Amino acid sequence: MSNTITIDGQTIPFQEGQTIMDAALAAGVYIPHLCHNPEFTPHGSCKLCTVTVNGRNVASCTMPAVEGQQIANNTDELNAKRRSLTQMLFVEGNHFCPFCEKSGNCNLQAVAYHLDMMSPHYNHFYPAREVDASHPDILLDRNRCILCELCVRASRDVDGKEVFGLSGRGIDCTLVVNSSSGDLVDTDLAATDKAASVCPTGAIIVKRHGFSVPIGQRIFDHKDISQVQLEAARKESGHE
Amino acid sequence: MSQCDSPDLSLKLAPIFQKHGRDPTKVLQILREVQDTAHCICGQSIDLIAEHLNLPRVRVAGVAGFYSFLAGGQACGEYRVLFSDNITDHMLGKAELMDYFSKKLWLEPGKVSEDGLVSVDSTSCTGMCDQGPAALVNGMPLTNLDENCLDLICELIRSRKPVAEWPPMLFEVQDNILRKDVLLGEAFEPGAALKATLARGARETWTEMDKSNLRGRGGAGFKTASKWSFCHAAIAEEEGHVVCDIGDRAERIMVCNADEGEPGTFKDRVLLNSYADLVFEGMTVGARVVGAWRGFLYLRGEYSYLLDKLEGVLQRRREQGLLGKNILGEQGFDFDIEIHLGAGAYICGEESALIESLEGKRGRPRNRPPFPVTHGYLGYPTVVDNVETFACAAKIALHGGEWFAGMGTAQSAGTKILSISGDCERRGIYEYPFGTTIRQILKDCGAEDPYAVQVSGPSGTTISWKEFDRKIAFEDLATAGAFMIFKRGRDLFQMARNFSHFFAHESCGFCTPCRVGTTLMQRIMDKIDGGHGTASDLEEMKNLGQLLKTMSHCGLGTSAANPVLDTLNKFPDIYEQKLKALAFEPAFDLDGALATARRITGRDDKEAHLGAES
Repeated sequence: MSNTITIDGQTIPFQEGQTIMDAALAAGVYIPHLCHNPEFTPHGSCKLCTVTVNGRNVASCTMPAVEGQQIANNTDELNAKRRSLTQMLFVEGNHFCPFCEKSGNCNLQAVAYHLDMMSPHYNHFYPAREVDASHPDILLDRNRCILCELCVRASRDVDGKEVFGLSGRGIDCTLVVNSSSGDLVDTDLAATDKAASVCPTGAIIVKRHGFSVPIGQRIFDHKDISQVQLEAARKESGHE
Repeated sequence: MSQCDSPDLSLKLAPIFQKHGRDPTKVLQILREVQDTAHCICGQSIDLIAEHLNLPRVRVAGVAGFYSFLAGGQACGEYRVLFSDNITDHMLGKAELMDYFSKKLWLEPGKVSEDGLVSVDSTSCTGMCDQGPAALVNGMPLTNLDENCLDLICELIRSRKPVAEWPPMLFEVQDNILRKDVLLGEAFEPGAALKATLARGARETWTEMDKSNLRGRGGAGFKTASKWSFCHAAIAEEEGHVVCDIGDRAERIMVCNADEGEPGTFKDRVLLNSYADLVFEGMTVGARVVGAWRGFLYLRGEYSYLLDKLEGVLQRRREQGLLGKNILGEQGFDFDIEIHLGAGAYICGEESALIESLEGKRGRPRNRPPFPVTHGYLGYPTVVDNVETFACAAKIALHGGEWFAGMGTAQSAGTKILSISGDCERRGIYEYPFGTTIRQILKDCGAEDPYAVQVSGPSGTTISWKEFDRKIAFEDLATAGAFMIFKRGRDLFQMARNFSHFFAHESCGFCTPCRVGTTLMQRIMDKIDGGHGTASDLEEMKNLGQLLKTMSHCGLGTSAANPVLDTLNKFPDIYEQKLKALAFEPAFDLDGALATARRITGRDDKEAHLGAES
């Protein structure tokens, strides 16, 4: 049981098959992330969780932990780059926190606060993105989509439905749904599906619950995202 | 009216479905043929394909939306003319010619004519830089375009003559081989390298490959023998490498990467056109060494005109006993090669994206580890090598490793085929021993007053006239083969801007830094080009460049900023002379924002512009 890695000078144990992210979360070390969710197959697309391993940058959510890795995580340089990536996610979509139902429960917003993002920095793209309100119980607002594919993974791997997918390429990548009409109402998505509740932003939300928890009492209103996610990881391992 | 709307679509698609069966890895091949038949991929076709292959519709739609030639849900004309957009095409008048052609046909680029007859657009480099300006019409290559050619093409389109009946001289593609060395110079007898391999033994052939020090010719330069050994558990174990756990998946796959998408590169086109036996033989030698039964040639969509010819070569080789069961009479030596066509996606040149594409998916680079050599095509251990690498492998099997290692430099054995284009008298294919200087190459191809060379394409290195004593070699200037020459007086800013558009267009969109960063870069370059750039934009591009280099998922992202960073570093004046002399310049272009209003009102007079009085 001598399996250990070192993150920012701290020695951390890991088990065979764990990624750097897994080991870090289990040991109470926060690595900022958006497309990663411990419940799903790692994806590695947002790149926020990039760490420096023996001098090379890798996505910690997909990189297996290997004995002796020397890892830099919470450094000014990496955090500045993570902030830039978060700013990129803000400007490529249309994110209006003040009137978004998800405000306070949104991982994108929370990560931005965590990384001290004070402005979008880059020019907004103001893309024309479609809102799909066709489904009686679920709203799909592509303006808020960060292409993390958590809904794609949840629908495919947990719900067994494959309701969501990506189409397009590059900056024109877009979330599409599994119906000839292209409308959510014509898919078999249900409000109880994992895919309906997994979105880290406000792109997929269950209707009529947007303000059931008032602003001020929401997940990130009083706690930093690092605290919330580490507590969740602790709870998860406690159950095991 | 697009033919897509016809009610008998399923009848029309039936032969395509029949040809490809129900194998889900054939999605991309089916979509390609549907596009060719119906000139678009409409929702109904996607329904039919999904039903036929028993795939979720969303997956088929995802593939259809990824590849440029599939055009997603957008229709294109019965005649689809795509002008090659590389900087070398621009230097030969691409923009003016495309404009001339569009006006002649009363067309707006990117739109289909009212009668659905024709559409005109740009496409990434078609690999004809030595005979540009180039274009594709319904997948067939057009070279050396000029106004006369385009007049004729207009007539042919208007008279609705099928492309197959157009004068063949329009589609003439020259090899333009101007310097031959060991690969291109000597005649090759099909089967000779395989006979030598069988006589020597598979393990011993691997040893020769190892001795040869052959490194991959696609640019990255990984040692070929090592890659092959990783794929072969037994050799890996003997060599002390990590042994791949293939479990019950004993099958191995040999893939030839002919997705020659790097703008300015066209040597694989020539190798496949005139040296296909050498390439296929190299693949078969590799198959013998690693124990592969299946091979693929991933041919870029732009080269689909070579398909019939290559299928012919494969068929002949089967008849000669050089492919198929019991090759050359050797019991149990079974190997065959299938050709898989790409559909306009540069990213598929990245080996794991190529494998995804082979599986009929969106060309998205995979997370690594695991690496393709242990978990590649459908999870099987897979070797992916460049066209030229396989050609070298065949020669090594024939002549031995020491012979090969004796050429070139210490770390770069053998020769390198260069695709030379741009400002020189003799554009074409040149094979040089590694270690040759840029100066020598420029002299040989007749470059007058050269100022800069883009080595290895947009993802490579921009070198200035001060660096012409540098050498083509992995230890100095590594190259996949592109060599674009710019004479004094050329606007290198336009080169860098062209490349920034290329990367933004070709980014797969998977990771944040590349998806957004390449677009930001392109927008800043356009802003500077429009006369609105400031010093802070240059700083911003340097920061973006660092972000792309250090945070991207794959090589496309990490190299996407190279042309901008290199030119900022070596030719700062090309930027500075374009900057506004103001300390502050609004990011928002007020006058530009009125462009739509001007178009709607049909006005373009002075009064319709802001700040026109100044």
